[in-house]
Amino acid sequence: MAKHATPLLDQLESGPWPSFVSDLKAQAAKRAKNAENIEFQIPTDVVEDLLGILELSFKHGRTHWKHGGIVGVFGYGGGVIGRYCDQPEEFPGVAHFHTMRVAQPGGKFYSTEYLRQICDLWDMRGSGITNMHGSTGDIIFLGTTTPQLEEVFFELTHNLNQDLGGSGSNLRTPADCIGEARCEYACYDTQALCYDLTNEYQDELHRPAFPYKFKFKFDGCPNCCVASIARADLSFIGTWRDNIRIDQEAVQAYIGGEIAPNGGAHSGRDWGKFDIQAEVIGRCPTQCMWMEDGKLKIDDRECTRCMHCINVMPRALRIGNDRGCSIFAGAKAPILDGAQMGSLVVPFIKVEEPYSEIKETVIEPIWDWWMEEGKNRERLGELMKRQGFQKMLEVMDLKPVPQHVQEPRHNPYIFWKEDEVDGGWERDINEFRKYHKR
Amino acid sequence: MEYEEAKQKLVEELTKKLKSKSKFYFNDLANILGEKPRDAKKLINRMVTDGVLEYWSSGSTSMYGMPGTGKQAAAEHEEK
Repeated sequence: MAKHATPLLDQLESGPWPSFVSDLKAQAAKRAKNAENIEFQIPTDVVEDLLGILELSFKHGRTHWKHGGIVGVFGYGGGVIGRYCDQPEEFPGVAHFHTMRVAQPGGKFYSTEYLRQICDLWDMRGSGITNMHGSTGDIIFLGTTTPQLEEVFFELTHNLNQDLGGSGSNLRTPADCIGEARCEYACYDTQALCYDLTNEYQDELHRPAFPYKFKFKFDGCPNCCVASIARADLSFIGTWRDNIRIDQEAVQAYIGGEIAPNGGAHSGRDWGKFDIQAEVIGRCPTQCMWMEDGKLKIDDRECTRCMHCINVMPRALRIGNDRGCSIFAGAKAPILDGAQMGSLVVPFIKVEEPYSEIKETVIEPIWDWWMEEGKNRERLGELMKRQGFQKMLEVMDLKPVPQHVQEPRHNPYIFWKEDEVDGGWERDINEFRKYHKR
Repeated sequence: MEYEEAKQKLVEELTKKLKSKSKFYFNDLANILGEKPRDAKKLINRMVTDGVLEYWSSGSTSMYGMPGTGKQAAAEHEEK
């Protein structure tokens, strides 16, 4: 019999979808039984008390969690988020229920051994409840007590070769796609760059001195599997400068039906014969493709790297050879001012170790500007709006280029300065009056 | 700015403000020290290591305070 009756939560189990309530009940039962004889370091009934306090919150229509705290591990200002409940007598198991953020491995590649190790650690020293993965990408450990924080941190750093991630006004744990490890679309080694910057900026990750959170995300190609363009303050999206490589024989094989389009992803039902005109050429957003004498042609100057044609015919069309990334700044979720997509700052940059150009000409000037000018709790995207994109280009010492203009005649960012214009703002009024009457 | 001087200045200013405020943004501290953020960070990090300051985090935002000051997890706006 459950420790607390939870009629309101039970209702959430009645739908056709998987229920977190069922998962929590299973975890509560597992801890009560303790078939593996784990030496639990926090209350055995933590999960039952979690269900109980959630039920109470549903009943009252308000939360019983208190906000924030001073808990952490020595020397780190992030990675631990203090959580306490305001009903500790009734729910002692969750009197402390701190969250720990653990840095996810690059591309989220795990070994089963590693997963077992972190789960064993968390079963013993925490609630056993995890969240794979938080929106930052981290492995989230949900619920432990204050004395266990240093213990978990010691195990992670000494025995599991692992570190806590970022939280608070820090650089958040950088997140990347699987990149060149498994994906032929990857235009740079996302994991190498992510790993390098994570190491380079350890101080920014662990010791909060930013106005607010700051996120790096790395996508190997414009398919943007990590959605960096929508949520990272600085997003690195793979691209190429030369031409899409075309294998005309493979194009014919797609047309002839010998190769399934989209890697066979739509084979669940019969969509009819592959029609290159309707499915590829006609869908090109810039209309830069056509067939000529039985061959597929692309005007690469017009290509905006939407990836549609490459996704449909991956064996016929491949990314170019002169590869690097584009860097976008200022994306964020809607807290103030609504959601914002990243603005293109660097149209193309080579991604080569030791990445000095990226660090010294992009990341650090942007940070210096934001750290000095950003208001408390102001994201980079909001500062860009407040002071202007042009100001950001200035601090980065970049010249405006056409790619910075979102649409012709519709960009509030770029203005000429007097010293950029021949003759400046001064004019000879007498000369002017010769041609223009008063 | 020398570490000891910075420490004294910060503790003095934060103590003065204690009646109305016990937690401060990083920028508030940098302004008190009159240093650029990167220089201020070095001093402030050392103060945290020495136990002069401590971190407070909501999860999304980080702040700094002097240990033992302010109302902690127990209560806010509560009658004694």
